[in-house]
Parts: sequence; structure tokens; C-alpha cells
Amino acid sequence: MDFKASLALIAPEILLSLSSLALLLVAAWGRNSSRLVSILAAVALGGAAFVAAPALCAGAMGPDTMAFGGQFAADAFASFSTILIYVAAIACLMVAPTFFDRNGAMRPEYPVLVLLATLGMGIMVSATDFITLYIGLELNSLAAYVLASFMRADDRSAEAGLKYFVLGALASGILLYGISLVYGFTGTTSFEGARAALTGELSMGALFGLIFVLAGLAFKISAVPFHMWTPDVYEGAPTPVTTFFSTAPKVAAIALTARVALDAFGAQVDAWRQIVIFAALASIILGALGAIGQGNLKRLLAYSSINNVGFILIGLAAATASGASAMLVYLAIYVAMSLGSFVAVLMLRTAEGEQLEGVADIAGLSRTRPLLALCLAAMMFSLAGIPPLFGFWGKFVVFQAAVQADLVALAAIGIAASVIGAFYYIKIVKVMYFDEPVDVVKGGSDWAHWLILGATTLFVSPLGYLLTGPLGELADRAAAALFFVA
Amino acid sequence: MGGFPILSVMLLVPLLAGIACLFVEAKAARTIALAATLVDLALGIALWLNFDIGGAQWQFTERAPIFAGFNYALGIDGIAMLLIVLSVFLMPICILASQSIEKRVGEYMAAFLFMEVLMIGVFAAQDLFLFYIFFEAGLIPMYLIIGIWGGQNRIYASYKFFLYTLLGSVLMLIAMLWMVNEAGTTDIPTLMQYDFPAGAQTWLWLAFFASFAVKMPMWPVHTWLPDAHVQAPTAGSVILAGVLLKMGGYGFIRFSLPMFPEASAQFVWLIWGLSMAAVVITSLIALVQQDMKKLIAYSSVAHMAIVTVGLFAFNVQGLEGAMIVMLSHGLVSGALFLCVGVIYDRLHTREIDRYGGLAINMPKYALFFLLFTMASIGLPGTSGFVGEFLSLAGIYQANTWVTLVCATGIILGAGYMLYLYWRIAFGVQKNADAAAMPDLSLREWLMLAPIAAAVLWMGVYPESFLAPMRQDIAALDARLSRAAPEGDAHLVAGTPRAEAANAVGGTHSVGHGEAEGAH
Repeated sequence: MDFKASLALIAPEILLSLSSLALLLVAAWGRNSSRLVSILAAVALGGAAFVAAPALCAGAMGPDTMAFGGQFAADAFASFSTILIYVAAIACLMVAPTFFDRNGAMRPEYPVLVLLATLGMGIMVSATDFITLYIGLELNSLAAYVLASFMRADDRSAEAGLKYFVLGALASGILLYGISLVYGFTGTTSFEGARAALTGELSMGALFGLIFVLAGLAFKISAVPFHMWTPDVYEGAPTPVTTFFSTAPKVAAIALTARVALDAFGAQVDAWRQIVIFAALASIILGALGAIGQGNLKRLLAYSSINNVGFILIGLAAATASGASAMLVYLAIYVAMSLGSFVAVLMLRTAEGEQLEGVADIAGLSRTRPLLALCLAAMMFSLAGIPPLFGFWGKFVVFQAAVQADLVALAAIGIAASVIGAFYYIKIVKVMYFDEPVDVVKGGSDWAHWLILGATTLFVSPLGYLLTGPLGELADRAAAALFFVA
Repeated sequence: MGGFPILSVMLLVPLLAGIACLFVEAKAARTIALAATLVDLALGIALWLNFDIGGAQWQFTERAPIFAGFNYALGIDGIAMLLIVLSVFLMPICILASQSIEKRVGEYMAAFLFMEVLMIGVFAAQDLFLFYIFFEAGLIPMYLIIGIWGGQNRIYASYKFFLYTLLGSVLMLIAMLWMVNEAGTTDIPTLMQYDFPAGAQTWLWLAFFASFAVKMPMWPVHTWLPDAHVQAPTAGSVILAGVLLKMGGYGFIRFSLPMFPEASAQFVWLIWGLSMAAVVITSLIALVQQDMKKLIAYSSVAHMAIVTVGLFAFNVQGLEGAMIVMLSHGLVSGALFLCVGVIYDRLHTREIDRYGGLAINMPKYALFFLLFTMASIGLPGTSGFVGEFLSLAGIYQANTWVTLVCATGIILGAGYMLYLYWRIAFGVQKNADAAAMPDLSLREWLMLAPIAAAVLWMGVYPESFLAPMRQDIAALDARLSRAAPEGDAHLVAGTPRAEAANAVGGTHSVGHGEAEGAH
């Protein structure tokens, strides 16, 4: 494959790199250009999504999608994930200005950092070589560390950034160590080569490599037992950044994990399946138990995201095309639910515009702000997986894949544990609907918040089921691309 | 009805009305809700009148491929039709009973209308997952109804209701996924004819049992019911007792029995044992209750146990009896909760001791209350008798000892219901405020009189209710016959008379008609 064709395949990434560099220059010259830079960044993301879309619609897969000698795959799977990431990033750009403006902290660097992080994620989901993987991961992480401590005058934000950095660096170290072991025992860094080398009996060294790689990735997707940074970082980071963290990087890390597990280690499913099953069940249970005692909504939603990762990993444990497809469907629904919940939290403001995050602050919200309460309640029931809300469908396809892969016991334990999670979701509904109003949520909200909350609420409402056909078809195409080599 | 999608319209009317109720003020919401439920009642009557008895098993079928993975498929047989009619019959009465609700009326009416959509959906769904969605979705409006408009201890009751029933039904979902994977279809009528391997049936049956036993509710997983009933507003209790409990019985009759006949036979002693325990234990508990609603709630558990033994008698009488008990209990316990609601609205207490001698100042109320008390006991001439007699006759063929224990439930039932009636309606007027209560208003007449008429109709001429479902019960019995456990009664049927027993001027053939037990 020649160089020109490779460049054509990475067109979305080139577009994002050039626009982030250009916007950095704009930011350097105009201190008050944050709104303009935000809009341009969103336009660039939209453009990149538009450029990436044809690969998904055509179900692109195979050698034609490989760029730079097999280091980068612009296939349907990558396309599905990147589009999801770009859409989430656009939403996070839209909700940020209102939040930061009030603190006088809005800077044009924010959209630029989001763009760079998104670029890293695009590389992550397309990586078919451990080196490409690492470059994408670090590009994403470095931008994310800065974003977490974006409100540098705020102690909590600075602490979140530092914590994220130290633990993230540790995870990167673990991942690199695992990659070096895999390289040492297979003699290659490409996924395809690793897959060909890792057949039959797995050597002890290669097994250690596999475990370290998965441990490093488990940290990035915040699966138990590598989840402990999540609540602190989610709570400390500014809420728009938390919204970003809980959506786009999650999609990227999970898609990356799926590709590594099913492609590079695809011949050793039995070796990693038990690890994934453990991580899945532990995430579901600990994520649910941890959330019960939380009094801070952001912290609670952090545990909720750990819980959801557990369900997604059940799809991975199936190790089938329908399992991968189920993961993508779940991810799409999860992104909508997560965006909606965090935007609803962003809209909780006092009359003075101060941000509220406590569970107690939303007591009786259904009487003071009925529409907001209705949207948040829909999100909660959806996260709990209660039909007829669309969150149920995500759980449904994941468990269906597990049952089809003969993992009935895993499915039964997983779904029984989901009842624990339902407890704290309905607790939020109880606080909003059954308790006496405290009436502290007064602040007005801008149109961007309502737009995103409205759109996500419609998506998780029963109307979402009308999308089951197209969504399932696209996810199937993406999953087929992932399994092309198999 | 031609191609008119009557079932979809029945779903759509309350759905749209419910959404409308969210956006209007109290008075308009009441009117919209009443109008919508009356339209649905009219449609329900049309459904009954157009139901072709003896025709195709599945009628009014609709199918639309708008989802992936499952179908929007509706259709009913006689069993489902009767339960739908019961639901739409009770709904306008519930709306009328909700006059005393004053806070957040729009949301309240919306919750009830959504509930109606889901109830009809459960009974009409012909797709396994569509059924599950309707079945499970009922948790949300019911959680809100108990939690927002309930009594003192409503938070605890709402949590208990939600988590208990959720835990019960999630395992059923896994079983459904397995079944669909095995059989390759989500179509309920096809699955009802599909023979699952006997080993797998055991697990599938247990998963479905976990769900339906909680919903039913069977002893010992019934404890959510008294809490939920007592804390729910009157109309909430009526819907809970009248229709939601029927979902468990409907689940057994639609899924557990036809889909897993061998496993049903295998677990027959589990069902019988729990039902016998329920009849005796919950009846005794009901005897000592001081709270009217709690007493009726416990009596519901006892009645539902009669339903389960009837269902698991594996013969036509038992199945028919179970269905009639379900319909009758839906009417009677609903009416009893309304009776409690009538005096609760006046005195705002459910404590039995605060009343007394109501027959003096509220004679019309006392008359209705007496009728429903008798129907609950199972007095001949009321619907309760028909159902209980058929169920017990059915179970007698299967096991005489179970019949003996379950029949005590009728005696105990007479005990607690008459004791309740005596303390409330008879005796001296010991409380001045209770003695000053006015008799039934026009609205309360409108609520109670239709139910009373239905109770008497079902008691005097049950054929109207048995005819639509006869063919479906026979089909189910045929499917079950290969697994039916052998009974210990060994009944020997005599030669039937040549003509009807009340024929005048015929030949004097005597003594052949009675069926004789061999021991």
C-alpha cells in the first residue's frame, strides 16, 4: 500500500491535527477567542465524523483499510467508535462555556485540549500495533491530565489532575511492561503478528505480558480492581470535564480493549476470558455497592460508570461477533445516558449560579423543576436497565450475547447483581419525587444544556427502540470488521 | 372488526391521554383520564363482543417489524381477552376512586394511564420480549404511585415492591434469552408448542417461577404485598389486587405450564406445598389484623394460593377454576379496597377499632360491603363460589389431601371476613365521628354498583366467562396431559342422565348422575 492511500485513510486524524494546531495559534493570539475556538473545534469534530462515516456505512474491513504497513486500521469498527467519540466530544464542548464563564476560567485552550484528546482516542481505536496504541493512549492521557486540573485555582481540580496523572502514569508503565513482554515472546508489535505467534500453548512469559496489558487497559476503562482513581477524579474535575471523561475516553478505551483482546490475543480467548469475567462481575458488584453510600452526585455517577463498564465487559467475555456488536450498542446507549445525567447535574445551580452536586440538593426537584426531574429520572431508570427505557436494550443485547456464547451462569449472576445497582438509581428518583422540596435549584439554564438533555432523554425514552434496527446493523458491521482476521 | 388494530388503539388511547395529563391542571387531568379509560372500556366491550368463541385460538392479531431482535406482535386468546376486559373495567372505577387525591393530580392520572397501557400490553403481547418489556415496565409507575401518594411508610414499601419484583423478573429474562436462542423464535404461540429438553426445563421453570411467584405473590415471597397495599392510595390498591396480581397467574398459565409441562409436573409438590402453607398461614395472619387494608391484603395471598393449586391440578376444572378465581378476586378484592377507601376518605384511618355500627348510619354502604364480603368468602350465587368450587374440584382429582388443607382456607376466610364485617358494620356505634359519617354518594354508587353487578353475574351465570376460554383451556389441558401427575382420588364417572336434571316429564332415571369416589 502506498503512502498516498495511507494518508487518505487517516484523513479524519489529519483534519483534527491540523485544526488543533491552527486553533492553538488562534488561542495564542486572542485571549478572548474561546467561544470562536469552541465553535471551530466542534465544526472540526463534526467534519472529522463526516469524513469517517463512509467507512462505517460501507462496512469497510480487510487489507484495504490498513494504513502504514498494518499499524493503523480505518475499518468499520474504528469508524463506529470514532463517530461516537466525536459526537460525545462535541456535546462536551457545547456544555462547557456556561460552566467556565461563571468562574472566569474559560480559556481557548479547553477546546484545543479536547481536540487533542479526541485525536488520541481516534488513534487508539484504530491502532493495530502496540506502538500506535501507546502513542494514541498517551496523546489522549496527557491532554486529559491537563483537562482534569483545568480550574487550577480550585484545590479539588488540581488534586484530581495530580491523582489522575500519577495513577495514569503507573497504568501506562504496567501497560508498557506488558507490551514489552509480548514483544519479547512474539518478536512483533503488530496485532496480526502477535495473534499468529500466540497460538497453542501459551508460554508463561507471554501470559504475563497478556495479563499486564489487560491490567493497564483495565485501568483506562476503570474496571475493578483498577477503578480506585475514578470517583476521586470524577468528583474533583470540573463537571464538563467529568462529562467528557465518562463518555469519549471510555468509548476509546473499551474499543481499544476489545480490539486488543479479540485481535492481538484473539487466539488465546480462554487465557483472558476468566480475567474479563472476574473484572466484569467485580465491576458490576463493587460499582453498585460503592454507589449506595454516596452523597455527591458526581461521585455516584462515577461508581455508576464503573458498574456499566462491568456490563460492557460481559459482552467482551462472550468473545463473539455478536458480543462485540452488543458492546458497541451498549456503548452508544451508555454515552447518551452518561451525557444526559452529567448535563442534568450541570444544570443544578443556585440563584447565584453556584454549582450544586449533592444528592440532598435535588430533594423534591420534581415539584420545583418538573421537566428537569423527569429527564433525570428517565436517565436513572434507564441506567438501572428498567424497560421500557432504552438502557434496558443495552443490557439485553449484552446478556443475549453472553447466553448465545453459553455463558448462562455469568449472565444470571450479572443480571442478579444489577438489582443492587437498581437500588441507588431508584434512590435518586425517590429523593427527587418523594421527598419534600428544599428548593435550592433556581438557576436558569442555557439552550445548549436543554438541547443535549432533551436529545439524550428522547434517545433513552421508549422512542429509542425504533433505532434498534439501524443501530444493531451498524454495530454488526463494525463487529464484523473486528472479526475479519478470525 | 376487519383490519382495525383494536389492541393497538387500546394501548394508544391511554398512552396519549397520559402524556396529555402531564401538561394540564388537576380538573382537566381528571376529565381526560376518565374519558380515556371509558373509551378503553368501550373498546374492551367491543373486543369481547367481537371475540369469536370457538374460532381461531389467536384473534385480533397484529404484527409490525419495527424493532430488531423482537417483534411488535399483539394478539389474544380467550384467557387474555377476559383479563384485558377486567383491566379496562376496573380502570374507570379507579379514576373515580381517586377524587380524594389532591396533590399532583396530573402526574397521578398519567401514572395510572401508563399503568393501563402496560397491563393491556402484558396480556396482549405475543412476543416474548415484548411481554417482558410490558411486564417489567409496570414497576416504574407503580413505584411512583406508592412512593408519592402512599401513606406514612410509603418509602420503605415502594423500595420493597420495586426491588423484590425486579429481582424476581431479571432471572426470567436470562431464561427467555436461552429459550429464544434454543428455539430460534420469539413468538409466544410457537414457543407454547415447542418441546424444550427435560433437563433444561427444570432451570427455565425455576427462573420463571422466581418471577411469577413474587408477582403472584406466593408464600413466603409475599411480604412485599401487605406493605405495598397498605401504603398505596385506594386506587393503587385496587389496581395492585385487581390486575397486577393476575400477571403472576397469567404468567403461569401462558408460560410455565404450556412451555415446560414436564418441569411443572416435577415441581408440583413445591407449588402445592407453598400454596397449602399460604392458605393456612396467611388466613391466620389475616384473622389478627387491626388494619383493614392489611387484612384484605393477606386474604389476597390466600386466594392466590387457591389459584396456584387450581393451575397445577393439571385438569380442566382446576384451570377453569383458577381463571375464575382470578377474575373474581380481581373484582371482589378491588371492591373491598374501594369499600375501605370509602370510609377511609371520611375518617382517615384504616384501624378497624375506630369504626363500628356502620350498618346504622350507612345502610347502603353496609349492603355493598356485605355482598363483597360474602363473595370473598365464596357464598353460592357470588363469583367467589364458582371459582373456588371449580378449583377445589380440580385439585381433588389430583390430590385429596391438598384439597383438604386448601378447603380450610374457605372456613378461615369466612372467619376473618365475617369478623371484619362484624367489627365494622355491626355492633354499637362506639365512635361518635364514625357514627356521623354520611352514606354513599353518587360517585361511590357509580364505583360499587357495576362491580356488584359483575360479581352476581359471574356467580349466577358463569358460562358467559367460561365460554370464551373453554377452547384455550382444553388446548392447554391437552398439552399438559402427557405430564399430568397421577391423582390419588381415582374418580369413576357414572353414566350421565339422558336429559338435563331439571327436565320435566321425562323418564325417572335416578342415581346414575353422581360421580363416585373410589375411596
